[in-house]
Amino acid sequence: MSNNIETAKFRPEICVDENLVYRKPSTLLPEPFHYCPGCGHSTVHKIFMEVVEEMGIENDIIGVAPVGCSVFAYHYMGVDMQQAAHGRACAVATGIKRVQPDKYVFSYQGDGDLAAIGTGETIHAANRGENILVIFINNGIYGMTSGQMAPTTLEGMVSTTSPHGRDVKTQGYPLKMSELIAPLPGVAYVTRQSVHKPANVRKAKKALRQALEYQKQGLGFCLVEIVSNCPSNWRMTPAQANQYIDEKMLAFYKLGDIKVPEVK
Amino acid sequence: MGEIKLMKGNEALAEAMIRAGCDAYFGYPITPQSEVLEYLSKDATQRTGMVVLQAESEVAAINMIYGAAGCGRRVMTTSSSPGISLMQEGLSYIASAELPCVLANVVRGGPGLGTIQPSQADYFQSVKGGGHGDYRLIVLAPSSVQEMVDFVRLSFDLAEKYRNPVMILTDGAIGQMMEKVELFDQMPRKTEFPDWATTCKPKDKERRYITSLHIQPEKMEEINKHLQAKYKQIEKDEVRYEAFNLDDAEYVLTGYGLGARICRKAMDILREKGYKVGLVRPITLFPFPKKVYEELANRVKGILDVEMNAGQMVEDVKLSVCGKTRVEYYGRMGGMIPSPEEIVENFEKLFIKGEA
Repeated sequence: MSNNIETAKFRPEICVDENLVYRKPSTLLPEPFHYCPGCGHSTVHKIFMEVVEEMGIENDIIGVAPVGCSVFAYHYMGVDMQQAAHGRACAVATGIKRVQPDKYVFSYQGDGDLAAIGTGETIHAANRGENILVIFINNGIYGMTSGQMAPTTLEGMVSTTSPHGRDVKTQGYPLKMSELIAPLPGVAYVTRQSVHKPANVRKAKKALRQALEYQKQGLGFCLVEIVSNCPSNWRMTPAQANQYIDEKMLAFYKLGDIKVPEVK
Repeated sequence: MGEIKLMKGNEALAEAMIRAGCDAYFGYPITPQSEVLEYLSKDATQRTGMVVLQAESEVAAINMIYGAAGCGRRVMTTSSSPGISLMQEGLSYIASAELPCVLANVVRGGPGLGTIQPSQADYFQSVKGGGHGDYRLIVLAPSSVQEMVDFVRLSFDLAEKYRNPVMILTDGAIGQMMEKVELFDQMPRKTEFPDWATTCKPKDKERRYITSLHIQPEKMEEINKHLQAKYKQIEKDEVRYEAFNLDDAEYVLTGYGLGARICRKAMDILREKGYKVGLVRPITLFPFPKKVYEELANRVKGILDVEMNAGQMVEDVKLSVCGKTRVEYYGRMGGMIPSPEEIVENFEKLFIKGEA
């Protein structure tokens, strides 16, 4: 490393705040991500921790990590966290929020966790209007167990348990959790974002901030779905995977706000 | 002297929960314990500010317990056998993450949906693990409505002392019966929480996290060794039992909870008949009072274990006496309750007529 810096003619005099264009938020722990190259998790971790830093709430927030690729989210997010059983993050978050209603509470869950094994906990937490934020990473596949079909897997999409492509006649249809949850009266805010392009990253970050602002106002359950990728298990390069998001995933999982609180 | 009341077991348990300064209860209706949630729903929140929430399932309830216990709060749930089965995954996580909490299992007859009548068939599930992995619950077995009250406070203390889930293993009869109870005074809810609790990152300290995941087997083995050392300590310091008429005993009846209560009557009848019979009632099923049986094994002619199941605790009695005395079992299953007369008859058949 030091060699590279020497070659680049390191000039400490330019390292001043006014020239800073990029840095890691202080809320992100100094731990290298275990995520695969090109995976959306690290981007979402980073922008969410930026939001926490910008709002100055790192001493007022508790998170819940799921089972799935982001099971180790607590290794990276420098706030108090609990790791939940598979699918139970919304129940765990409920337990946390009910005894500490004045704190921000979030869960961070994948599609297998939230939309398959944890569907019941998710819907009921939403329906009770639990004043929590659920960050829902939808990449249409089980990443951690290496590429099985998820409830969100697109029709015809190949996975290790749908090797001939998902046959909706026998394997069911891809589930749109955001649209399923949005009509419930306890739900304040549902939006679908992505992090596959810089502009989308900025929008996703804005949505995460918005959701925490709504939580502060006590408006109820907020779900920020982020359509993501899985280069390793989609058997694609990161660039191909992001192209697949653009062409296939977003054609089915349309980006944008699905429910926003009524303006008073 | 505390307040004296005539109360149903389940309601007394709920009242004790409020008075013990419980911060949150998460539960789901199931017979024969639904009175707990009903009682708490009346005015517990108004009285102490505690959270009372009806969850969508026992699976959700135990995970709400995990979340709130992880915040260092006094938390409790109750259920009955099929519901407790659903909680086993959560209990394994709670035991591994070392979160203090209290559960009561108002046991009904099984297996399957079974019956709503009282049973003791969940002994193995409660005492030997229940969920996956090597872990233990501290298990207390009340045999009266008074003990439903007393054991709630004791359970919270033990749970917090050892950072371990504690189960009150009772049954449908004790849950439903009415008895006179003396209630302890209202205790304040906690205002300070332990350092490990996720109460939000302190400004000048490291953040905390609660997990049961340790991918490296070397680390996971360390966690296991730590848990086992804790269970050893519990076995050393927390054994509780009650004994009657052991001094001159030639035979001993043994049972827990409601079974032990019936055994007391059977013991009295047997004593009237001239047999020198004593009684051992384990109060803690884990830790099991091995030593009292070990000691008895050297001087009694036999032990009759009475349970409302197919013979579960009898295995621990046998392990304790190590073949040094005769251990027999008598019991009823599927929600049936043995009568004192049945116990007397079976005692005579097994030990007296068999001996002749």
